[in-house]
Amino acid sequence: MSGYLAGVLAIFCINLIFAYGIFVTAAAGQINLGGAGFQAIGAYAAGWLAGQAGLPIAASIMTAALITALVGLLISFPALRTRGVYMVLATFAFGEVVAGFLLHTDVFGGAMGMVVPLHVDLWVLVLAATFVTLLMFFLMATRLGLAMRAINDDEDASVVMGVNVRAVQVAAFTIGGALTGLSGALYALNFGFVEAQYFNALLSIYVLLYVLIGGTQTAWGPLAGTVFFTMLPELFRVGGSARYLIFGIVIVLMMALRPEGIVTRALISRLSPRRLFATGGARGN
Amino acid sequence: MSDSTDIAVARMRLRAPVIAVVVTLVMIALGIALGGKVIAHQVVSGLLLGSIYMTVAVAFTLTIGVLNFLNFTIPTLFMLTGMAAWGLLSGGYLTLAGRGAWLVALAVGVVAAVAASLLVERFTFRYLKMKHGDATEHAIPLVSSLGFLIIFENLVLIAMGSDSQRFAVPFRADLHVAGIVVGVPQLVSCAMAVAVVAALSFVLKRTKIGRALRTIAENPDTASLLGVDVGRVVPVVFILTGLLSGVAGALFTVNYGDVSPFMGDNVGTKAIAAMVLGGVGSIWGAIAGGLVVGLAETLSIQFFGGDSVAMTVWGLVLVIIVLRPKGLFGVAAIGKGKM
Repeated sequence: MSGYLAGVLAIFCINLIFAYGIFVTAAAGQINLGGAGFQAIGAYAAGWLAGQAGLPIAASIMTAALITALVGLLISFPALRTRGVYMVLATFAFGEVVAGFLLHTDVFGGAMGMVVPLHVDLWVLVLAATFVTLLMFFLMATRLGLAMRAINDDEDASVVMGVNVRAVQVAAFTIGGALTGLSGALYALNFGFVEAQYFNALLSIYVLLYVLIGGTQTAWGPLAGTVFFTMLPELFRVGGSARYLIFGIVIVLMMALRPEGIVTRALISRLSPRRLFATGGARGN
Repeated sequence: MSDSTDIAVARMRLRAPVIAVVVTLVMIALGIALGGKVIAHQVVSGLLLGSIYMTVAVAFTLTIGVLNFLNFTIPTLFMLTGMAAWGLLSGGYLTLAGRGAWLVALAVGVVAAVAASLLVERFTFRYLKMKHGDATEHAIPLVSSLGFLIIFENLVLIAMGSDSQRFAVPFRADLHVAGIVVGVPQLVSCAMAVAVVAALSFVLKRTKIGRALRTIAENPDTASLLGVDVGRVVPVVFILTGLLSGVAGALFTVNYGDVSPFMGDNVGTKAIAAMVLGGVGSIWGAIAGGLVVGLAETLSIQFFGGDSVAMTVWGLVLVIIVLRPKGLFGVAAIGKGKM
């Protein structure tokens, strides 16, 4: 595999895990625009643990994910006091505070960034991305996943039906924190260098867009969104600003034509084999 | 009235402006008394920066208050004004205008921002509302506006490059008040920002279109039942948004003399911070928040160094959101609806 392709694949794997981290909360109806902040914490934690503290790679990745899970858990309580536009703003503020803090802290290299001496290979990333993807499909099939979907569709109705909305949302934030932290840890250990400027507001915006454009109804959504936005531009070799211009136009068009995302539950049920091979069913719809 | 918003009620009590003016004067006086000229100078430049944040924050708060829509294109409208003006000047299209060319350029820039804002309205709001019912139910307008943010920024990047450009303004005069140097452009800018926001308050409170906007802010369906033509009033919000962002962009360009495709990013995020501090949906909140953020920025640079700005401002915002989610002057009902 060429170095170029390996680089693209590495970024794809990291973005996919990152996108699933944002997806978990979005699937439960919460929009997290502070993704870069969570990812930065994971990246810096893993980098510092593996570098300065001398922990083995696996331990530092696990610890980093645990730390961001804890951050997600803690941040969920103030964040869940807010709703709608306010939650977008609160999570956005969180991301900015984290980036500002890391930029200002000398232990982590400040504006100079931090070199991470240890390295994980591409196969670890691919394995992790595959594992996370399968885990999310499993999660969406469990009672918790069902509860998340219910809250997203109608919060009041799910309360009436006995869903513990608060617990589900806190769980979603915790899982989301762990996954975004994991993506950050893998980023740090694969690229060998982290700098606070990378984890900016635009990164949070882009990853949220992967998820919302892909679709929040099923676990296929982030996969579709990430493939669509990280692999396609590479395949067509569109570079620089033109690439982002097309990205923007696609977003506006998608919202106009298919506002629930690329993959919806309706699409999946239409494509499912049971439906296709059912007698007469395929013609019926 | 449980759903009422500050814009809807438009309680522009006399108290609020008086408090704002008194607080400002007290802060300047305290600055001079405690910190001497250096601090006083920082306070003055903080207030100038604050007046620009304030204008942009009012644009944000207006769209959220009336339409429950966080419009992420505002920073790019701000930037479009500066870049369009620079493009016209440097391209030599305005030689006929002679010495006033820079003023014409900025005016055209503001018009460009309004036009862009109307384009955004077409694709985020009107079209979606026609197609999917109430667009505010979804995150659709938010995501669409993020799309437009990316489109506008990269269009400008492709057309004009990513470099920061010099926008020369041919006048420069300073006033000396009690030993502090105040630039005349600074004063004019502050005055213009205040005038624009005051005019907006007047429009909202006294005119027919203002009443229509307040009705929509309270409840779009009821407004429509009572004979407000929602489809014709909503573009007004976007025109006002373009106007406010454009004027702020023009003032920024005149005062700092630099334009770049990224000039809106920092101002936009600071204006969001200002809006949240003051309370989403409240115009007086946006004004107070803008001034506070401007002051916090210049003073934290003075005391803690340049890197500390983001920490100070956003830390303040996070504390406010956690302790008092409705902001300093806000009304709890805003932004509570499902996205």
